[in-house]
Amino acid sequence: MSTSEASLATEGSPEIRVIEDATCTFCGCVCDDMDLTVEGNRITKAKNACGLGKAWFLNHHIEDRPEALIDGEPAGYEQAMDRAAEILLAARFPLTYGLSDTTSEAQRVAVAITDWIGGIVDTTTSVCHGPSGIAFQGVGEVTCSLGEVKNRADYVIFWGGNPAESHPRHFTKYSLMPKGEFVPNGRKDRTAVLIDVRKTKSAKAADHFLQVKPRRDFELAWALRALARGLELDSSIEETTGISLETLHEVMDGMKRAKFGVILFGMGVTMTRGKHLNSEAILALARDMNEHTRWNAKPMRGHGNVTGADNVVSWSTGFPFGVHLGSGFPRFNPGEFTASDVLARGEADAALIIASDPMSNFSQPARDHLASIPSVVLDPKLSDTARTASVAFTVSTYGINTGGTVYRMDDVPIPLRPAFESPYMSDLEILRGIESRIRQRQLAEPASDA
Amino acid sequence: MSSLRITGGTIYDPANGVDGQVGDIWIVDGQVVEPPVEADSSADRTLDASGLVVMPGGIDMHCHIAGPKVNTARKMIPDDKRTAEPVRRTRLTRSGSGGSVPSTFATGYLYAGLGYTTAMDAAVPPLAARHAHEELEDTPIIDKGFYVLMGNNHYVMKQLAADEPGRLKAYIAWLLHSTKGYTAKLVNPGGVEVWKSGGGNVSGIDDTVEHFNVTPRQIIRGVAGAVEELGLPHPVHIHCNNLGMPGNHATTMETMTSLEGHRAHLTHIQFHSYDGDPDDQSTFGSRVSELAEYVNSHDNLTVDVGQVMFGNTTSLTGDGPLGYYLHQVTGRKWFSGDTEMESGCGIVPIVYKQKSLVHALQWAIGLEWYLLVDDPWRIAMSTDHPNGSSFLAYPEIISLLMDRELRRDVLAGAPRAVSERCTLMDLDREYSLYEIAIITRAAPARMLGLSHKGHLGPGADGDVTLYSPDKDIQRMFELPRYVISRGELIVDDAQVVRDTRGRTLYVAPDYDLEAVDDIQAWFEKTYSIQFRNYPVGDHYLENPLLVPTRSVAS
Amino acid sequence: MAELFILIPGRTSRQGTTLNEGKSTEGYLEEIGTLQVAPEDMQRLELKEGDLVRVFNDVGTITVPCKASRGDELPPGMLFISYGDKSSRLMGGDTQGCGMPDSKCLDVFLEVAAG
Repeated sequence: MSTSEASLATEGSPEIRVIEDATCTFCGCVCDDMDLTVEGNRITKAKNACGLGKAWFLNHHIEDRPEALIDGEPAGYEQAMDRAAEILLAARFPLTYGLSDTTSEAQRVAVAITDWIGGIVDTTTSVCHGPSGIAFQGVGEVTCSLGEVKNRADYVIFWGGNPAESHPRHFTKYSLMPKGEFVPNGRKDRTAVLIDVRKTKSAKAADHFLQVKPRRDFELAWALRALARGLELDSSIEETTGISLETLHEVMDGMKRAKFGVILFGMGVTMTRGKHLNSEAILALARDMNEHTRWNAKPMRGHGNVTGADNVVSWSTGFPFGVHLGSGFPRFNPGEFTASDVLARGEADAALIIASDPMSNFSQPARDHLASIPSVVLDPKLSDTARTASVAFTVSTYGINTGGTVYRMDDVPIPLRPAFESPYMSDLEILRGIESRIRQRQLAEPASDA
Repeated sequence: MSSLRITGGTIYDPANGVDGQVGDIWIVDGQVVEPPVEADSSADRTLDASGLVVMPGGIDMHCHIAGPKVNTARKMIPDDKRTAEPVRRTRLTRSGSGGSVPSTFATGYLYAGLGYTTAMDAAVPPLAARHAHEELEDTPIIDKGFYVLMGNNHYVMKQLAADEPGRLKAYIAWLLHSTKGYTAKLVNPGGVEVWKSGGGNVSGIDDTVEHFNVTPRQIIRGVAGAVEELGLPHPVHIHCNNLGMPGNHATTMETMTSLEGHRAHLTHIQFHSYDGDPDDQSTFGSRVSELAEYVNSHDNLTVDVGQVMFGNTTSLTGDGPLGYYLHQVTGRKWFSGDTEMESGCGIVPIVYKQKSLVHALQWAIGLEWYLLVDDPWRIAMSTDHPNGSSFLAYPEIISLLMDRELRRDVLAGAPRAVSERCTLMDLDREYSLYEIAIITRAAPARMLGLSHKGHLGPGADGDVTLYSPDKDIQRMFELPRYVISRGELIVDDAQVVRDTRGRTLYVAPDYDLEAVDDIQAWFEKTYSIQFRNYPVGDHYLENPLLVPTRSVAS
Repeated sequence: MAELFILIPGRTSRQGTTLNEGKSTEGYLEEIGTLQVAPEDMQRLELKEGDLVRVFNDVGTITVPCKASRGDELPPGMLFISYGDKSSRLMGGDTQGCGMPDSKCLDVFLEVAAG
């Protein structure tokens, strides 16, 4: 066995290759056990991928599109990068947004650009688990890597999420099925609870389903916190939460008797009434349970590298998202410097959107404003956001055409193994080109006396 | 060929026996060279250092500056940053945040601003090595590297239990290759695994870690021996069991004796020197005298202090159960992160108060260590940044070491009982500049096995710090007049004037390739990523510097 | 007569797969443009699969075809739609100072659309 990085495995005719141990970045599971069959410049098989992963790999082709569009007209990269740098330098309150579907290497350059131009950098975290990040700043978090869940967890609570549809391999790869060092019988050694307002497909995988009343996750989490502390609860808790006191006691007894528990929570917690207060209650519950036995809480991250975006923005600026760099140093304030707000209130006067499509999923006031300001967009596809851009770059797809690093939902950093080359530049190359143009212009100006 | 001549400075270069002599230093292409023979030789650039104190660049051999633990701490404490001095963007340098756990760019600039040109992160879980390297690549100017957590590693424990020293040694070497790390780090060996599997901790080095059936003693001895055989430039780096507990001096002494002459470095030794009863905080006291005596008479050991200073800071450690303990004691927010098969982590904001008997004793105990270890070559300055304090406290610590009246002034503001429970009040010793240069430069370089650092003789890296002498020692060391890194002027009169990237120091000891099959089989059964995706590729290190190992016959 | 419901926008596997195929594909547009209604409510409101309904709140209004949700997945009084352009039109810009708009459990009115 060589001690150097292994080279690509090849089999069959020269046109067909198999890339082993490739990484899927569609969801936060970041499965790195993909075996991709590549024929020319198409992936024709993605062994081990779930339905979402297969759709991801099989649908990112080389499209016949121009390198870039400037105001809707085809343009070359060099010209487009010039124009992009111009737009960003001229802006007084530029917003850099997105970043969750690109490599950490590219994310670092995006933050650098934003620093040099004094803009705001926000990532899709703010509309995903930003509330959990805010909660964590208040109470902390007791957590673990997914391999710990696989090897130790015997009580697993899914709260406000539907992994069967959003993270299809999570049950089999990490949280329910695997036979682990300390859970040798796999599923049989585990108790699974699903808490949600709807009885989704994920309920089939659970032993107990708690149908919580809409907008009552906060009350439910605090009820469990009370029981964890040994406090008495009134039976009216059933009217409030939709869950009977008896069921709550049963669940808490199970939680206390577990050897190693984990609460995996999703958007049902962060996107509904209470938001960060809901996340905070769940993080605090898991933390409190450590008085009895080992418990953990993990936000289920959605995109392949949104965790990387958190990490890169944090190490570069000190804050995870919603960071304002316009005063010359980082300032953090969700609600003030987060993209949804900065756009909906009409404050940003330019935007750099990378690996995200806010025109298809932000609020209408935010979308209206984004369409009205100059924007620079990087996307492999001609998304709605790219369509309204002043400068839209066609870029190669990370994990399929370009390598780099991504961070799984549990912060484990994983390398990408691209399958086939693309004639298009990567996010990293484009951003570097924009950065160097911005720096050239800035350094050409005489130094101020300040 | 670019040359720099630093002329007329008062040089402190203990590794070459230079104690305050006026002289010149010549640097060519980033390396110190012999001064040219011709009397009228000129350099491309000349820096007039007359009247300035000249030392090699500072070396922080134990700090927490990169990786998942550090980054989580950054994210967790926005409140800390509201009152911290901002690190402003300049024409040439990036912005950042300071405070207890600075952001990466800020970290590089702040170290450089202090005259430090090398810093080693103390604890990275192998699974996150890639992350630590990415952060180090965004940490400007300084040369850097990290130690790899191994003390609660499942494979390590399995080989110890099975009495397979050959496999243990091969694994450690393989792991260093895979992570591009610098040495084996043990943090509360065995204790973190106990926490991970059921809460709790070990209470001594002979407790058995269930399921693995090994003791911390076995881990300490086994890894120390393997590291020595591998000939790593820096020996096993040990954070002893029972950190912070009253009475833990016994564990520390047992750890030192358990090494049976193997080389080892015991880190932040201040936190491990306590008298008293673990169930009664009021019995807290110092046992530095006997521990220092042992260190004095056993030259297989080196230590760094882990100085506590008063003020707000962050406890940020691989010692998972310690984090839980601090959370229970202080009630403050708490992060715990367990990494599969490898390690744990605890983060809790803390404040050390001069009026607290325990905190003031911790402060005094750190200083006792500096003053009671006879040979400054055996002790390095550290604050275990940020655990005891920020690295920015080094100038203040230097002033306390050089002026016993300053120490007594601080003691006067602390509870009276402090003086009854430790010997600091009676310690008259004052460090000289020469000795300061040893504990902040020459000794750390020697401990790290870096023959080209920590001195200013030919062959050394051109890392030089120049200070304006000042009666106020703290001010002198806080604001170097010039800082030079690899022959380039980086800091001029408190301004960072150049943004560069340093080199990443790592080791790659040989190992038996046949041992990898067993490692792979275990890995594939237990981890949640693919074996092939674990090792860190070469491209993560833009400026690598491989430090050679000397293989030693077993 | 418009009735008050609680709307849950959310991800589905079909939304995820068709997203990759393209946001202008029929499959994706159908998925994010179809409202799921609990079978009891479908019956009570005399709705059949494919009927157009108007869903609105103080933020916006959408007109979409409806269908019955599977089994007992949705309790009466609750609606589901795949997360996307349509659901975003009912999501306001106000984040109550936390960066996250109200994105789930939205109060909406539903009425059968004319024609």
